[in-house]
Amino acid sequence: MIFSPRLSASLSHSLLPSARELAAWLRRPWFGPLAALCIVYALFALSAPETFAGSANLSIMARQTAVVGMAAIGMTLIMVQGGIDLSVGSSVALTTVIVARALEAGLDPGAAVLAGVAVAACAGCINGALVLLLQITPFIVTLGTMSILRGVAKGLANEQKIDAETRGLEALMSMLPDDQSHWLFPLGVWLTLLAAVIAAAFLIYTRVGRHVVATGSNPLTARLCGVRVGRVTLLVYALGGLLAGLAGVLEFSTLTVGDPTDSLGLELEVIAAVVIGGGSLSGGQGSVVGTLFGALLLTVIKTGCTHVGLPNWVQEILTGAIIVVAMGIDRMRQHAQAT
Amino acid sequence: MRASGLGKRFGATQALTLVDLEVLPGEVHAVLGENGAGKSTLMQIISGALTPDQGELWLDGARYAPKDPLAARQAGVAMVYQEPRLCPHLSVRENVLLGIEATRYGVLDAKDARARARRALSLVSTQENALDSERRVSSLGPSERQLVTMARALAQSSCRVMILDEPTSSLGQGDVERLFSVIRQLKSTGIAILYISHFLEEVENIADRFSVLRDGKTVGTGELSGVTRGELIELMAGREVIEGGARSARTPGEAVLELEGLRGERRPVCASLSLRKGEVLGIAGLLGSGRSELLRAIFGLNPIAGGRICVKRHEGPYPPSARVAQGVGLLSEDRKDEGLARGLSVADNLTLSRSSGLGPAGLVLPGHMARVTEGFIAQLGIRCRSAWQRAGELSGGNQQKVAFGRLLHQDADIVLLDEPTRGIDVQSRAQVYQIIDEWARAGRAILMVSSYLPELLLVCDRIQVMRRGVLGPSHKVDRVTEHDLLTEAIG
Repeated sequence: MIFSPRLSASLSHSLLPSARELAAWLRRPWFGPLAALCIVYALFALSAPETFAGSANLSIMARQTAVVGMAAIGMTLIMVQGGIDLSVGSSVALTTVIVARALEAGLDPGAAVLAGVAVAACAGCINGALVLLLQITPFIVTLGTMSILRGVAKGLANEQKIDAETRGLEALMSMLPDDQSHWLFPLGVWLTLLAAVIAAAFLIYTRVGRHVVATGSNPLTARLCGVRVGRVTLLVYALGGLLAGLAGVLEFSTLTVGDPTDSLGLELEVIAAVVIGGGSLSGGQGSVVGTLFGALLLTVIKTGCTHVGLPNWVQEILTGAIIVVAMGIDRMRQHAQAT
Repeated sequence: MRASGLGKRFGATQALTLVDLEVLPGEVHAVLGENGAGKSTLMQIISGALTPDQGELWLDGARYAPKDPLAARQAGVAMVYQEPRLCPHLSVRENVLLGIEATRYGVLDAKDARARARRALSLVSTQENALDSERRVSSLGPSERQLVTMARALAQSSCRVMILDEPTSSLGQGDVERLFSVIRQLKSTGIAILYISHFLEEVENIADRFSVLRDGKTVGTGELSGVTRGELIELMAGREVIEGGARSARTPGEAVLELEGLRGERRPVCASLSLRKGEVLGIAGLLGSGRSELLRAIFGLNPIAGGRICVKRHEGPYPPSARVAQGVGLLSEDRKDEGLARGLSVADNLTLSRSSGLGPAGLVLPGHMARVTEGFIAQLGIRCRSAWQRAGELSGGNQQKVAFGRLLHQDADIVLLDEPTRGIDVQSRAQVYQIIDEWARAGRAILMVSSYLPELLLVCDRIQVMRRGVLGPSHKVDRVTEHDLLTEAIG
């Protein structure tokens, strides 16, 4: 059989990715974290095949990632815009308290969730407004609100856990009963994925989303092009707060109590997920998909270490090392691109 | 201090070709030249920030080839920059001694420090004005900061040559007098001073001799007492003719941008103009005269302090986002830090100012974006791998074309161009002139700032000169010469 060279070229073009397409694929921001996730997962799956690689464990890990993942989607938006939000852990704790108090007061679950999310979104708006009006760096502003929100949560809860009747909210994150196992994951995990899809589409396909990226990449250029930088800033912090609120609802569903001391240090885990996922502290870079892979990677390391029997301190060293290595690889990749 | 046959290339541009300079101890030597004549390159070579490609430097009869600014300082050559570079949180004394502190067993030697700081500061203090060495620099005014920078240069005991780059550009009249008396005092101690300034009246006041640079060559040197101001300007103005897209016949329409006595926060001081559809109005003037600030005030990037501004039928100041909506576009002079988001792709940069038409229902679809961008890439001849290549990876000329492409895509009909040909090669320059001509013929109104007078004379219909923040009257381009414009800008 004789192929004309042109035909064979077009065949190979359609079937096999060209070197150029492959390179473009490799340059996708989420490719690195995905590769790391696969490698780490494979390593743990090989060392503990029965327990770690089982489908029950997959579901557990997905549920454990949901809270960090949901908050990290918001953080991705904020960090792509060039900001940061250290108050996310406190927001999550405050939301659990609000939801619990609302349920206690006899509100129905939907209203309780709405109240919790609304309060967190307001907190986000306040963050954004302070960054804008006071012209203080977001790091400092949210360092302040981190402490303020934590204090508010403790005050509302009288420094105690609030045991409220969950009235079905626990189902968001609990194991699925056998007759519903075709859903694979509980609703909370699906909510996180839905939020991720919406946020990713927002960043890539909408005008405002492009403005968020441009503002983070170079605020001066954005202003020059007529982008309303102030509104963009306010918007991302509000969305960040909203998603932190949703994370808080999932956290409440997991804990089944309102806990003002919950999620201490969550912000660092969330930032780590964004950074592993290709986000940059200086803005303009980051992808929602990459962030989810980053969050999953953190969970896989945590769970994997437990399954293999590695103590907690090894797990912490591993997590830290992965963050530093991920950053190093990213630097080199950018350097290679620039030259 | 003597320099002979200095030359320096940057990529495709020859910044200096043949520069000779001789400076005697105890004299103030003025270095004159138009924007871009090579003054700052020459000073950077002398102060060790750049190494020359050819030629030699001699200091006190010995070869002098500093490898960096520190080596130059140690050899006794100190540069005082236009914008004083000081640490605002430290005291005057700490700033003066920064980097050359004496220590004893690793601990600062306070007694020695005070003595040396006092000595250095006494050289730059006049009887009426003494600088307190313990004050924080952040509490000082611009002229005092300048003096601290000079004291820092002098604290190095061996200072032989001091370079002052536009030292009066940020000073008021009284401060200039004070600076001059300090300069005279330094001169009497035998220090040679290289004085760079655009302002001829200042130079006549303070300098003993002069050298004029033009297009990277020394074209004249001598005693200031032996020349007239007219002769100096004659030396500075070139007679070169540049080629490229000629100016086609245009028929200006109604006025779309009108300013009356527009005042910014510091610059401009007073600017009036009227820009019509289908014409190119040039703004000439020295660096720092307030030309960019004028464009930025019009566009809403800088605050407006007074005067009247009217864009089409929109009276009064508006923020940049509103100006863009009104059809105004600005090309920034700072392409690297403001004009482009270098981390983003060509497509992102090109389409940022107008997102409509990039997909259905206000969405921005990457496919549409790439197609639109590829159209401009072909139209403007932008050299890049693809629409998704990062803008920062392109050459200067191609980056500029991306910035022009953005104005095209935005479909701005009032275009403010700030130094549109800065740092780009000859070919791209000709293309830029052509684009401007096409725009004007298509009825857009163009306001263009340039430091390069031949370019303004080639491209514009009318030219106005900015001098110390005040915009002069409008000149028809065929009734004015480079010499006239330079006289108006400097005189």
